[in-house]
Amino acid sequence: MNDSEKHWLVRASTIKILWLVFIAILIVTVVSELFIHKHEYFGIDGSFGFSAWYGFITCVAMVVAAKLLGTFLKRKDDYYDD
Amino acid sequence: MIEIPPGWIIIAGAVLIPILRGHLRHLALLGLPSLALALIWTMPTETLWQIPFLNYQLTLLEFSAVGKVFATVFALMTLVGGIFAMRTASTLELSAAFLYAGSAIGITTCGDLITLFIYWELMALGSTAVVLAPGTASAYRASIRYLLMHAFGGCILLTGIVWHLYSTGSSEFTQLELQGPAQWLIMIGFLVNVGAPPFSAWIADAYPEASPSGAVFLSAFTTKTAVFTLLVAFPGTGILIPIGCFMIFYGIIYALLENDARRILAYSIVNQVGFMVTGIGIGTEMALNGAAAHAFAHIVYKALLLMSAGAVLYQTGKRRCTELGGLYQSMPLTTICGTIGALAISSFPYTSGFISKSMISSSAAYEHLTWVWFLLAAASAGVFLHAGIKYPWFVFFQKDSGLRPADPPKNMQLAMVLFAFVCIALGVFPQPLYEMLPYPVEYEPYTADHLVTQFQLLLFAGLAFFVLLPMMKRTETISLDLDWFYRKLLPRWYRAIEGLAGTVYDACQRFVTTKLTTLLQRTYDREEHRPKGYFARLWPTETMVLWVVILLASYLMISYVQAGGR
Repeated sequence: MNDSEKHWLVRASTIKILWLVFIAILIVTVVSELFIHKHEYFGIDGSFGFSAWYGFITCVAMVVAAKLLGTFLKRKDDYYDD
Repeated sequence: MIEIPPGWIIIAGAVLIPILRGHLRHLALLGLPSLALALIWTMPTETLWQIPFLNYQLTLLEFSAVGKVFATVFALMTLVGGIFAMRTASTLELSAAFLYAGSAIGITTCGDLITLFIYWELMALGSTAVVLAPGTASAYRASIRYLLMHAFGGCILLTGIVWHLYSTGSSEFTQLELQGPAQWLIMIGFLVNVGAPPFSAWIADAYPEASPSGAVFLSAFTTKTAVFTLLVAFPGTGILIPIGCFMIFYGIIYALLENDARRILAYSIVNQVGFMVTGIGIGTEMALNGAAAHAFAHIVYKALLLMSAGAVLYQTGKRRCTELGGLYQSMPLTTICGTIGALAISSFPYTSGFISKSMISSSAAYEHLTWVWFLLAAASAGVFLHAGIKYPWFVFFQKDSGLRPADPPKNMQLAMVLFAFVCIALGVFPQPLYEMLPYPVEYEPYTADHLVTQFQLLLFAGLAFFVLLPMMKRTETISLDLDWFYRKLLPRWYRAIEGLAGTVYDACQRFVTTKLTTLLQRTYDREEHRPKGYFARLWPTETMVLWVVILLASYLMISYVQAGGR
């Protein structure tokens, strides 16, 4: 399908804009931390941008863990069909 | 003011629905839950109806603050679920759903363990019939596995209750101390229904086999009544914290691996209930409030998510991510409602999940439960990953599947819009929910600190999703779980034992028949056509005479021996 025939949401140009907007929002959420007072309960959670990097890293870890477990646990979806 | 348990009104609906048709049935579907809701809201929080039974008091109607939270959301769920189901669900499913919902409400308004157990079993029967309702072979098999699991859990619970009654003499359903095996058995009985390890697999096994509307009902009641009972009986029980945390990550990992859209949502039920169980384990007033509020919010957004998945299944007949995608073009309303549900489950600010789940994680912070807090924070990001983005992305967006189904019938649309509205309304105005909670709420979810950290956590989880998208490619697979033991291993053992027994039986039979045959052949005279041996050569009368002689001789001998002594 030609790019211009696609739904406007999935055109390459739109996706590029969406990525740029997304990255801009990410930067805003991190920078805005400079202007607020953060509660700190355990030390490290008070460090700059903690939630951002913690959210990213734990998600990568969960996806990798799922991928690894998947190599042992995955079966064809008709596995239980007799 | 009539004082009957509001659950009975819904259970009466289970009897009425099969005999009503057309508009009258619709009236019952909408009217009875509304009536129950009105009753729940006008009853005072106290003991209202007790009857003696053997040596115990059955408390058929007792309202507590926390019971009211659960009863309200259960009745609301029955009402909106009824709207979603009214045009497409079978009579069996609607009737079973009302029995199921009514007994769930019954549990929230009863005050003793005996009544609780009766409702508990009614719920198991009603929900099994909901799973069974589509009538397909896979639904039938799933419903039998589901029933066996709940019969097992029910037996454990019953043993615990009877033991508890015997040892304490009290049937009151209230906070229980874990002082012996009786209370442990009761807790394990509750934990089976909550989907705790090692009994988590039944949820993703049974619920996705139900009809589009059946799964909506199923998602709401069983696990959340179990949360309610744990909250009443075992608040602050430390062991519940690791159990809850395990459930949270079990749900995330299995949902990440899953291809079937409704199974993704079923795994995320375990994940969300894990947050509630953790809150109950922490056990402070704020954590318990959080668990109750989260159950309320969760029932609404999980029903909404399953409604959107049900709408897709109803319109396309498909539920696998590999077969779906691009549906936003022709199902805009379902896409929007599904996305709102996905944002709410991810605790996005200004949705219902944010104002409830943050109470649980904040209570972990206030109690300085370091590792719990770090796990909950990671899990919040993980929820966005597996349910918040994965579900809407693979069902409504991703590659274009070429499917162009329309939005579902009007009644389904109305149900979705209603619950989408509740998700946002609770997020923007949390006060009405906070005021219902069992303890006074001094919690402000919307501080700049909370907002910024939550946005960072969720949006960077989103970044991780899109960066790792190649690793998330769907495969036509399922993932093995502990149900493998009773779905594969035990049948395999059974077949092996059955095979072995068969072989042994065959061998015995062969041995005996060959021995008998050779014996007969050896003693048979083929030329004379009669058995060999002395007696075979005589006439039958001759043989008879011989035996009579022997008999008479024996008589003579015996009488001689008897008389011999005198």
